[in-house]
Amino acid sequence: MNSISQSLSTAFALIASNDVQLWSIVARSLWVSAWASLLASVLGVVFGAWLAVSHFAGRGLVLLILNTLLSLPAVVVGLLVYLLLSRSGPLGELGWLFSVKAMVLAQTILVLPVVMALIRQLIEDADKQRGEQLQSLGAPRLFRALLHVWDERIAVLMVLIAAFGRAIAEVGTVMVVGGNIDGFTRVMTTSIALETSKGDLPLALGLGIMLMAVVLLLNTVLAGLRWLIARQGGQS
Amino acid sequence: MNAASPATHPEKEVQFNLQDINVHFGLQQALHNINLQIAKGDRLALIGANGSGKSTLLRVLHGLITSTRVKATGRLTGTIKTMPGTRQAMLFQRPHMLRMSVLNNVTLAAWLNGQSWQAGKKQAMNELKRVGLLDLSQRPANTLSQGQQQRVAFARASVTQPNVLVLDEPTASMDPRSKREVEGLMQDFAEQDSGLTLIFASHNLGQVKRLATHVAYLEYGKILAFLPVAEFFDEDHLTMVSQQAQKFLKGNLL
Repeated sequence: MNSISQSLSTAFALIASNDVQLWSIVARSLWVSAWASLLASVLGVVFGAWLAVSHFAGRGLVLLILNTLLSLPAVVVGLLVYLLLSRSGPLGELGWLFSVKAMVLAQTILVLPVVMALIRQLIEDADKQRGEQLQSLGAPRLFRALLHVWDERIAVLMVLIAAFGRAIAEVGTVMVVGGNIDGFTRVMTTSIALETSKGDLPLALGLGIMLMAVVLLLNTVLAGLRWLIARQGGQS
Repeated sequence: MNAASPATHPEKEVQFNLQDINVHFGLQQALHNINLQIAKGDRLALIGANGSGKSTLLRVLHGLITSTRVKATGRLTGTIKTMPGTRQAMLFQRPHMLRMSVLNNVTLAAWLNGQSWQAGKKQAMNELKRVGLLDLSQRPANTLSQGQQQRVAFARASVTQPNVLVLDEPTASMDPRSKREVEGLMQDFAEQDSGLTLIFASHNLGQVKRLATHVAYLEYGKILAFLPVAEFFDEDHLTMVSQQAQKFLKGNLL
């Protein structure tokens, strides 16, 4: 109990301290995960929606692989991206290893299957229910899928929130490809890991609480957005 | 197979000619050897119990089930000849409204049929006026009542200027007032354009009598009777053609 109350007071002290270095870590965390989520969302929604309405040989296998990728361990993604970006790797010439770009790339790869798989299921269900009505109106297949995305936008937003949650909470990929370099690639989760290994548990937990506070704030904004959409479009 | 043989219309052009149509959903066969000719301007009612294949037949006519479709949506064999220049629209039991305004729902249908958004919008306004929903054009379409949504669906269908209208139990589970409104629209559509071919599934025999020129009775995916409406409701005549159809009718009229 003592360490928890100590952590809480540390967290509040951290927030109140207006420590530039700390806030830069928070900002970097948000920046990396927001970009990764944005990229994964655009790609995941388009490909997920396409996959939902297309039929081709081997589709079942693709879905099986996609659903398996939902359990992709973050460190494995980190490792793969590390191999890609390392000096002798195929993308080594970019010189991205241990940079924010590498972290965005790795998190995008980590989150993409989540967005794609959930959107695929969502749109496929929507298409089963009412795809033929849109087909009857003359909507081509992919456009039909995008109309479902528009129709299901509240559920799509939930998927994107979940994707962002996975990105901001993970530590494995950013640690491996970012290297946790102070002032350069250090983010909230890697700082927590570092403080824990140094034995400063209150600071580690304090940072954890702060991370949750930041996500809570963000989700509050998104909840407001959801409420607005629901009010505008009418719930059905 | 006398009952299922198509009525011939020497004086009329044939809008649809279906030959040996079979449809399977997995192992289940939904339609058996359907042979059917529908003439331009006919108003054909499909009747039969639930699961008799009415909706499947409508979907085949509308092109939603084709020979290339995978098993999830049904596999079709046989030939369908459609008159050149056929423009179809279909209304469903529960029309799906996209989460946008009534006006945008209708405009989108026009746009998908090749009109510019501006021109489509103008036409959508006209059609909404025709179905009596112009006042609600800015409302989110999915907040409308079921009857109103079916009227939007009518507007959405008519912006595409169809000459064939396919309706799958458009008044099912509606209150009497909405039912009358929608039926009125069907009548209105048929009367405004005498060349319009109307094909609808219905459980409402009164509606069939009022609207149809021909009736097809389906049971277990087969057409057991296909007759002009007057002959269909003539007990002696129908008994001669199909006793099952007669039994169904009696059950319905009880």
